[in-house]
Amino acid sequence: MSDKKNVTCIICPVGCRIEVEIENGNILNLSGYRCRRSLQYVKDEVTSPKRILTTTVRLKAKGAHVLPVRTRAPIPKSLLKEAMKELKSVSVAIPVKMGDVVLKDVAGTGVDVVASRSWTE
Amino acid sequence: MLYKDLVIIGGGPAGLAAALEAAEQGVKDVMIVERDSGLGGILQQCIHNGFGLHVFKEELTGPEYAQRFIDRLDNAGIEVLLDTMVIEITPDKRIFAVNSEKGVLEIQAKAVILAMGCRERTRGALNIPGFRPAGIFTAGTAQRYVNIEGYMPGKEVVILGSGDIGLIMARRFTLEGARVKCVLEIMPYSNGLTRNVVQCLEDYGIPLRLSHTVIDIHGKKRVEGVTVAKVDENLKPILSTAEFISCDTLLLSVGLIPENELTKMTGADFDANTQGPMVNQRMETSCEGIFACGNVLHVHDLVDFVTMEAKFAARGAAQYLKEKDGPCRKMSVIAGEGLRYVLPHAVGVEKMLDEKQNFFMRSIKPMKKARLSIQSENGTIKTRMLSYVKPSEMINIELNKSEISKAAGHLKFILQEEGASDER
Ligand SMILES: Cc1cc2nc3c(=O)[nH]c(=O)nc-3n(C[C@H](O)[C@H](O)[C@H](O)COP(=O)(O)OP(=O)(O)OC[C@H]3O[C@@H](n4cnc5c(N)ncnc54)[C@H](O)[C@@H]3O)c2cc1C
Repeated sequence: MSDKKNVTCIICPVGCRIEVEIENGNILNLSGYRCRRSLQYVKDEVTSPKRILTTTVRLKAKGAHVLPVRTRAPIPKSLLKEAMKELKSVSVAIPVKMGDVVLKDVAGTGVDVVASRSWTE
Repeated sequence: MLYKDLVIIGGGPAGLAAALEAAEQGVKDVMIVERDSGLGGILQQCIHNGFGLHVFKEELTGPEYAQRFIDRLDNAGIEVLLDTMVIEITPDKRIFAVNSEKGVLEIQAKAVILAMGCRERTRGALNIPGFRPAGIFTAGTAQRYVNIEGYMPGKEVVILGSGDIGLIMARRFTLEGARVKCVLEIMPYSNGLTRNVVQCLEDYGIPLRLSHTVIDIHGKKRVEGVTVAKVDENLKPILSTAEFISCDTLLLSVGLIPENELTKMTGADFDANTQGPMVNQRMETSCEGIFACGNVLHVHDLVDFVTMEAKFAARGAAQYLKEKDGPCRKMSVIAGEGLRYVLPHAVGVEKMLDEKQNFFMRSIKPMKKARLSIQSENGTIKTRMLSYVKPSEMINIELNKSEISKAAGHLKFILQEEGASDER
């Protein structure tokens, strides 16, 4: 059984609506795209969509509350929830520098979560 | 009284970039005055990625973008006054500020750069009827609560307005476990980037309802729900389509207003469309020696352009401090058909900072294909074809000094939709 899916390309402001026919994770047919970049984007988006996760974790500092953090690289979209769950229990002590690792290998993705800003005092 | 060569009001990305550039240009005595307890301005709460693609050629989060500038301040010898709010500024560049340590401070500056940013339109600006219960926030306020203070303002959310801040908060609330019921947009198109519509709404199955608005807010103590309705082509609600949606929180993401209370005290001329001061080619207001950049001048969608503009203002201020200003032939810049505004508002060719001048502008409506032409009294200076123009995405175009010198009388920018004008 093949499946139909609509994907909006975000590579450029045109925002092509692309119809994709998939079977067992394989792309059978694509229509509505106008360029190569769009083609690659849709392939990635259908077979293994990834996102950078940005969120906050607890910060142990007087007067401060939370520390902004990010995954160093994009992680599978399907693991965003799991990553959020793991980050709930993370708490960081100061001083912290932008780029410091606050959690290694989040949700088994092999990707580290790092601090988005420095915090001293 | 303190004496400073250059005082910058506001320590957001505009103020930071202006301070660093001024120091690089050799301005000695630079001071930033910031009312918040830290630097970075609005970027500190914009924890999502997507900043800096033009300036750093990589995708940073808001705090990362700010940190890159903050880390350079110490070495540049720039003085920073935090927790200090400027409350008055005079046309001869005397600044009054307050903080809890020193009380009132008086600073005489030789040049000033205004970089106060903007604020959000609130419920009052929208005239939505109903009681005034808890649970109504601007999206930016909610963003500050979640991303800086660390607490959630609600559990079931409706968002009015599909600008980027609204879309980004829809995703943020969802990730934190709240339920975002829908995003409503009064216009027939989203005001946000396609990328944000896809990654903040479609990723999480949040419906975007175009041509819809909120016509009533329910609840006395706390928001209990909203009544929404479709609007017709004149943006008037169609009452027969009214529908109740339960929620405990309503986020408003309905536009930004430059923060110009201080600017008005200088007596500088204003542009009714940008709601900011009028500036010349070096971002100087009509009040000599007072410059403006960033969101206080006009609302930007990309921080990269804020940084560019701030550097310009700083170079302008450095130029002003070096040469006491003589007369300069000024050419006015006019936003013609199809454009809401064009910036700068005037160009003094002799005092251009570079061989090229960048002009920023916004269209009045989305156009698939459009012709941008720049005209003066002796004909067309330049034309360029643009595709997929949107009011939410700023257009910019460079003109050479020679092109501007050729013009006579004024520079008029016109944006015409291709094909559409013949049909009318
Ligand atoms: C809620 C919100 C969300 C945004 N999200 C994005 C986004 O996701 N991506 C993006 O590219 N852009 C975003 N923007 C646009 C963003 O504002 C600009 O990219 C950029 O941050 C503007 O820089 P700025 O320095 O002009 O203003 P700001 O960052 O607002 O900085 C102004 C500074 O001036 C200070 N100030 C104001 N008045 C005084 C006074 N009287 N005395 C002393 N200090 C004062 C303020 O405290 C503040 O620190 C957002 C804007 C807002 C309001």
